[in-house]
Amino acid sequence: MEVPLALLIGLLTGVATWLMLSRNLIRLLLGFAVLGNAVNLLIFTAGRLTRDVPPLVPLDAEAIEGAFANPLPQALVLTAIVIGFGLLAFALVLAWQAYVRLGTIRTDEMREAEPPGEVKP
Amino acid sequence: MNSLILRAATRVLAPMMLMLSLFLLWRGHNLPGGGFIGGLVATSAIALQGIAFGPEVARRTLVLPPAVLAGVGLVVAVIATLPAGLVELPFFTGLWLKLDLGDGAILPLSTPLLFDIGVFLVVIGGVCAILLALEEDPETDQAGEP
Amino acid sequence: MSGWYAAAPLIVAMTTAAATTLAHAMPRTQRALSLAGAFALLAASIALMDAVWRGGMIVVQSSNWDAPFGITLAVDTFGAVMTLIAAITGAACLIFAIPEIEERHRRAWFHPLSHVLLLGVCGAFITGDLFNLYVWFEVMLIASFGLMTIGGTKAQTDGAVKYVALNLVATLLFLLAVGLIYGMTGTLNYADLSRTIPNVGNTGVLTASAMLLMAAFGMKAAVFPLFFWLPAAYHTPLVSVSAVFAGLLTKVGVYALMRAFTLLFTHDVGWTHEILLWVSGLTMITGVLGAAAQSEMRRILSWHIISQIGYMVMGLALYTPLAIVGSVFYLVHHIIVKANLFLIAGVAARLTGSMELKKIGGLYQSAPLLGVLFFIPAFSLAGFPPLSGFWAKLILVRAALEGREWWIAAAALVTGLLTIYSMTKIWGEAFWKPHPEGGEAAAPLAAAPAAMLAPIVTLAAMTIVIGLFAQPFWIVAERAAAEMLDPTVYAAAVLGGLP
Repeated sequence: MEVPLALLIGLLTGVATWLMLSRNLIRLLLGFAVLGNAVNLLIFTAGRLTRDVPPLVPLDAEAIEGAFANPLPQALVLTAIVIGFGLLAFALVLAWQAYVRLGTIRTDEMREAEPPGEVKP
Repeated sequence: MNSLILRAATRVLAPMMLMLSLFLLWRGHNLPGGGFIGGLVATSAIALQGIAFGPEVARRTLVLPPAVLAGVGLVVAVIATLPAGLVELPFFTGLWLKLDLGDGAILPLSTPLLFDIGVFLVVIGGVCAILLALEEDPETDQAGEP
Repeated sequence: MSGWYAAAPLIVAMTTAAATTLAHAMPRTQRALSLAGAFALLAASIALMDAVWRGGMIVVQSSNWDAPFGITLAVDTFGAVMTLIAAITGAACLIFAIPEIEERHRRAWFHPLSHVLLLGVCGAFITGDLFNLYVWFEVMLIASFGLMTIGGTKAQTDGAVKYVALNLVATLLFLLAVGLIYGMTGTLNYADLSRTIPNVGNTGVLTASAMLLMAAFGMKAAVFPLFFWLPAAYHTPLVSVSAVFAGLLTKVGVYALMRAFTLLFTHDVGWTHEILLWVSGLTMITGVLGAAAQSEMRRILSWHIISQIGYMVMGLALYTPLAIVGSVFYLVHHIIVKANLFLIAGVAARLTGSMELKKIGGLYQSAPLLGVLFFIPAFSLAGFPPLSGFWAKLILVRAALEGREWWIAAAALVTGLLTIYSMTKIWGEAFWKPHPEGGEAAAPLAAAPAAMLAPIVTLAAMTIVIGLFAQPFWIVAERAAAEMLDPTVYAAAVLGGLP
């Protein structure tokens, strides 16, 4: 399973990089979402893959018997998804505000904070 | 959105989703579920109401303003980390209180459950604040903040 | 039970954030709670510093899960110093904010967001776990996004877009490094990592993840060539917000760099620290040259943050006991001075009407005392004796000379000289030359609220005290550096007798 997942991570990273190089803010955010998924998959794969045995303690037992999937990467990925969701939600609202206030979502046209025409260092 | 089907479906679905969210919250410590997932399901129910009947109805369902819900949740979560100090255990340690209800039935109450309830409220409050801000007036200053 | 000292700042900050959220409909109560919380945080961090100083490193295995399985909170001298200085800066800026923020700013959740920001900063200093550090970074980041856009001007939206975009990338790089490190070592606990990393066979992947972390933390710290978001954003928000950002946020990145490259990645110092040395030199020079081209007070100061970050990274890169002492000393001095300069710029703009140097002037005539207050941090920043910046620069330059790194010592000295140029520019334009709209256009100092001046005076006094009585601060920095350079102590304190 590791090889197809590694290829998928590579593909997603490539797509995300291409999207993030765009000057369009929405594409950049889409790239962030895709790259986030690639990174989450990487953490998941880094924790070694074990199929069909979720790390659940049976109701009548104190501990799990035998082999079970590594629960830690799942916890890490869940946390990372939550945080990524929060960041993306904020970034989307910000992009919308930028569109309303600045009239553009192209980053090269946003020159309010650093007006053009001044001396560049 | 003015859709008869959506509104009719929401009337049935939203209460069921809220029930499901409580169920998920309750069983969370030992089985898949928990405060976060429960909170998201509850938020979906409220978002569905917001879409079908408008944000005002969604606010009424929440009773309290979303930010207040999140604040209460944060307080509850912090409180859950403290009892460990009373029995000289490190910060955040989970403690169980097993109430004997008679007839051999035991009701286990725990600080992880309390923490999960806190998370449940924070998730509902935080996500609903974002959703309602987006649905009502995207140009206000505080849009998008938890 | 000493563990509760480490948890206390987090509990206090989180409770304050919750309380100010609940009091949102009651402006006066919210403000009182916010200030009370800031002082409670200060008290908690003083207690933490005291406990660490007297009893040594404090370790909490939260939830009673033994390291390396649970989330460890671990505070050594360095962590305690940083927490304390964060609490001081937070309190100073919140006091400054009382007269500054208007009702619409308050309604945009200024107080809760400020305390969430402080929570994230303190969490980053207190944690002993790489993934937990990631979580605190994000807590800090989300709060800073919110704070940055309070006010909602066009320039703010523009600055925030760039700030958010680059920080999102940094976040993912950090997470990527975490994934790779976890895959190689099976742990994310600092102490456990410091023991397992030397035994990792695949040094290629190890160095790759070290570089990813360097890029991620470097972007937060605004080092060359990853600093572009900073001068695009830091001059746009409210003054109290930008002062907290200028004082604390980039320094959390520096702190993370110092942790990572003293505790975790010391397997190939010749490679990683050599890169850091070049980065630090280029950061200093580009930062100070960038500042020379600006003509707006907060933009000049923003570029100077970058050049000053170079000094702190330089100490880390030299990687000798003296150099690390210099870095720690520099961090403490810089946070106080930089936050203070932003606050003074805020007062100057309030008295004269603008941050733009061309449009203002005459402050020396109307408010000579503000000139004195500006003089102290400005010349401390440039490194004049006997102010705090002099000692900080002296230690670092001496460490560079002892390490026979002549060019970095030269770069540090040249940067100091060019800093004087920028500071005299602000002095000459804002204070010395008459106001372009005539003598009455600049208001006297009495026009500024006392709540704005009190934190400025306090921070300036601290700068002088550090300068005149440097010895105790030197001793603290020396102990922090000694602990950092001996990771086995950290590992033993966290892991106990585990093999």
